[in-house]
Amino acid sequence: MAVIKTEVRAGAYYDSAFLMQLQRSLAGLPGIQDAGVVMGTESNKELLAHINLVSPELQAAKPDDLVIVVRGETEAAALEALGKVDELISQRKSSAPEREMRALSLETADQRFPGAAWTLISVAGRYAAGVARDALRRGKHVFLFSDNVPVEEEIELKKISSEKGLLVMGPDCGTAMIGGIGLGFANKIRKGPIGIVAAAGTGLQHVASRIHQLGSGITYGIGTGGRDLSEKVGATTFRQGIDILSRDPETKVIVLVSKPPAPKVAEEVLQMAKRAGKPVVVSMVSRPVNARRVGNLHFATTMDEAAELAVALVKGVSGKTEDLKLERFASGQRYLRGLFSGGTLAYEAQYILQNYLPKVWANAPLNKENKLPNSFVSQEHTIVDLGEDEFTVGRLHPMMDNELRIRRLMEEANDPSVAVIMLDVVIGFGSHPDPASELAPAIAKAKETAAKAGRYLEVVAVVTGTDEDPQDLNKQIELLKGAGAWVSTSNEEMVSYAGRLLEALNSAEQAGVPAFTPADLSVLQKPLAAINLGLESFAANLEAQEAPVVHVEWRPPAGGNEKLISILEKMKAK
Amino acid sequence: MAVDIEKANQQVVERMMEARPVVVGVGKARDVIPGMKDNLLLHAGPPITWDRMAGPVKGAAYGALIFEGMAKDDKEAQALIESGKIEFAPCHHYGSAGPMAGLMSPSMMVYIVEDKVSGRKCFSGLNEGRGKVLRMGAYSPDVIAKLKWMNDVLGPTLDAALKDCGGIDLRALLGKALHMADDGHNRLDAASILYTTQLAPSIVKTAKDTNTAAEVIKFLGDNALSILNPVMAGCKAMCDAGHGVEGSTIVTVMARNGTDFGIRVSGLGDRWFTGPAGKVKALYFPGFTEKDANPDIGDSVITETAGIGGFAMATAPAIVTFIGGVAKDAINTTLDMYEICYTEHKYFTIPFLDFRGTPTGIDIRKVVEKGILPRVNTGVAHKDPGVGQVGAGVVTPPANIFEDALVAFAEKYGYA
Repeated sequence: MAVIKTEVRAGAYYDSAFLMQLQRSLAGLPGIQDAGVVMGTESNKELLAHINLVSPELQAAKPDDLVIVVRGETEAAALEALGKVDELISQRKSSAPEREMRALSLETADQRFPGAAWTLISVAGRYAAGVARDALRRGKHVFLFSDNVPVEEEIELKKISSEKGLLVMGPDCGTAMIGGIGLGFANKIRKGPIGIVAAAGTGLQHVASRIHQLGSGITYGIGTGGRDLSEKVGATTFRQGIDILSRDPETKVIVLVSKPPAPKVAEEVLQMAKRAGKPVVVSMVSRPVNARRVGNLHFATTMDEAAELAVALVKGVSGKTEDLKLERFASGQRYLRGLFSGGTLAYEAQYILQNYLPKVWANAPLNKENKLPNSFVSQEHTIVDLGEDEFTVGRLHPMMDNELRIRRLMEEANDPSVAVIMLDVVIGFGSHPDPASELAPAIAKAKETAAKAGRYLEVVAVVTGTDEDPQDLNKQIELLKGAGAWVSTSNEEMVSYAGRLLEALNSAEQAGVPAFTPADLSVLQKPLAAINLGLESFAANLEAQEAPVVHVEWRPPAGGNEKLISILEKMKAK
Repeated sequence: MAVDIEKANQQVVERMMEARPVVVGVGKARDVIPGMKDNLLLHAGPPITWDRMAGPVKGAAYGALIFEGMAKDDKEAQALIESGKIEFAPCHHYGSAGPMAGLMSPSMMVYIVEDKVSGRKCFSGLNEGRGKVLRMGAYSPDVIAKLKWMNDVLGPTLDAALKDCGGIDLRALLGKALHMADDGHNRLDAASILYTTQLAPSIVKTAKDTNTAAEVIKFLGDNALSILNPVMAGCKAMCDAGHGVEGSTIVTVMARNGTDFGIRVSGLGDRWFTGPAGKVKALYFPGFTEKDANPDIGDSVITETAGIGGFAMATAPAIVTFIGGVAKDAINTTLDMYEICYTEHKYFTIPFLDFRGTPTGIDIRKVVEKGILPRVNTGVAHKDPGVGQVGAGVVTPPANIFEDALVAFAEKYGYA
């Protein structure tokens, strides 16, 4: 049984074409047989009578009343259709910047062009923080070119932005490159697999340009502003940048560029970079480079070298990142115990581990603060050289006699805080005729002991020797691997692997909640669209790169009147 | 303290837009305007004393007293006023709005506009047409004679016709007129024609004879501003609907008396914030120059306050020839006014801007922060009493009145 429902709206004028559109939309709704949307003139009433859309309300309507009549299959359908009228009336097409776009304020630009995820701010420094705050309030990433922004304002802005998962690139950020589009001073760099975080404007331009010249390209060039790596600011944007690039699937290699950073901050940033899960090239002017490579970090001495390294690394990246399988370990497992027979290998292990662990105890330490109080009892991270005199009194050197090492191995395996046991196996003339034949069963037993206690024990070993030695290098390796050991013939490779593992186990314990809300990658991956306030040329540059942009003809708030600005800010803050 | 400004403003603009003013009749001011007295003259703008009153207001006051039969010429009128026996008050204090000098005296016939939502009644005089008219400060015998005809013939005829047709819905009529290239303030050609055609059948039916009907229809049809006064009373009704909401920063009155420009703000009660009325950037009639011009004057800026007039210029590009400029200026004016308004009108829309609603609800916060002042299109009166209109142009209010209002708001609501 069809039901007719009528709504009369007085005092509203709509032209007939609009009404016909509304009528068509209503008639197309589910359960609606017919609809009439007309002004209440006599001729219109007759028109509707012809198609049996008649109701007492319609009959009573006056010529300047808007009348909406629907015939629904059910009352519910008819009422639902009438309920949609306001929505249909207010439906307006919203697209990219419209033909008549004119904005004298960020507010208007945002309302008319809500798709813009970025704001470029290059207004006078005195007003820049206020504009940036407004942009963050509106959920926009900020490229802050303006300089002379007080550091307190920078800290405050970055606190807000990191809480909201937004970037504040700057202040005094000269350049940035997002999705192939250059912001501020920027070069035309092709898109490619390298992501850059830079606290150095021309540094970013130079490295990006070199990468382009070398035939590669970049995903993002994230500028941070020169003060970001100071102790006061604490690298807020730099860390966000590393986080974004480590999560971005298009970025295969990360490059970090900066002018001389605050040493403490630089080390914190590098700790974070180690967990990026992809190769990171570091070019920090004047930071002493004491290793060419530490784990995934590759240190460059110049910006040119940084570009070259990054391009070379892209070719070597298989695309998959190392999985340390941390989940195998039980909570509380975090320490290393190195049981060496060779003194030099033990020394080098300590040296390499400096890059991963804050302190490693040893009976033969690199420096005396790390001297193990009792060589027979390990503590925290410990490396013991069992070839030292204290162990060889009255017994053979451990290269010939495995008994002492095996006993110590079992002790360490019983310690619930131990995660990794490190061994060296030196073969050749003079050594034990088949060390692996004794060590392998012990390793297997040690791992089994840990497994029974609900732990996982990683045993890593380096084998020094050749396939022409009497013990046969390959046979030794086979035996050790057969017992479940991780084996290498490179001391550096073994120690670095153990270092990464231990570093991860220890940082996972401390990591907790990140200090910032991660930025939404899907927003960053969208084609760049921006609102520009300040230098008009920056908008023109974006237009030249065919990126949608709205330029705001910005003026200082309240004509620069401090009292009024303060009132307005209080009203905004609520 | 802790008012929700956004909520208050939303309520104000909703009320303004949902008000539905209908022209219901015409009556004598003393009979229909509550509080109207025999010795009271209403004028445009904020309150003002006689010594500071602008030439056109003085001229209109002389004319009004002559029309009332209280003085035989300007000398007598001046003496009567200076004796202190005549009181002056702003139209806005009496639910009214008058164009230019805005003079309304007790015997004058005025339009009655009723807001069908609240039942509130607002008032405005009958429009005299262009040229040498009382509202521009002219008071010569021909001006007075026309006023008498309007009072004796036009007013009663309109009243009968309005009652016969059940009233004219202004919101619907204006919505349509905006689509016909009116701005709703200075350009009301379409609206006046719509008004005349809607009323004509009832005028013919109810006029005392056919000559009267013809005379009245011709007068309405010839005057492109016939509907200006009811529109102003209608806008006054809309704005009043939004007045007095605690915590609101929306402007509900803008008005000038030729000396001062004044505003009232919804959340700041009946306090006026005033500053010097500006010089109009104008085109002048032959024989007149800027030196002849009186500063900005009239209550007609209530149309901008309600979201039409200068704010709706994008829909009335023809108006730019009247004020000197290109069509793009009209578009830009409206786009700029969006910057300082709280919302876009539900019922007044602009086809050229894809049917965007007109900028509605001036927000003092936005005016101050952005340094953008409301744009007003206006006629220009001669600065001396008795001359009349000399041109038309554009003007803005003084910035200090919005700043003063913001500071007062901050003090009242704890943002200082």
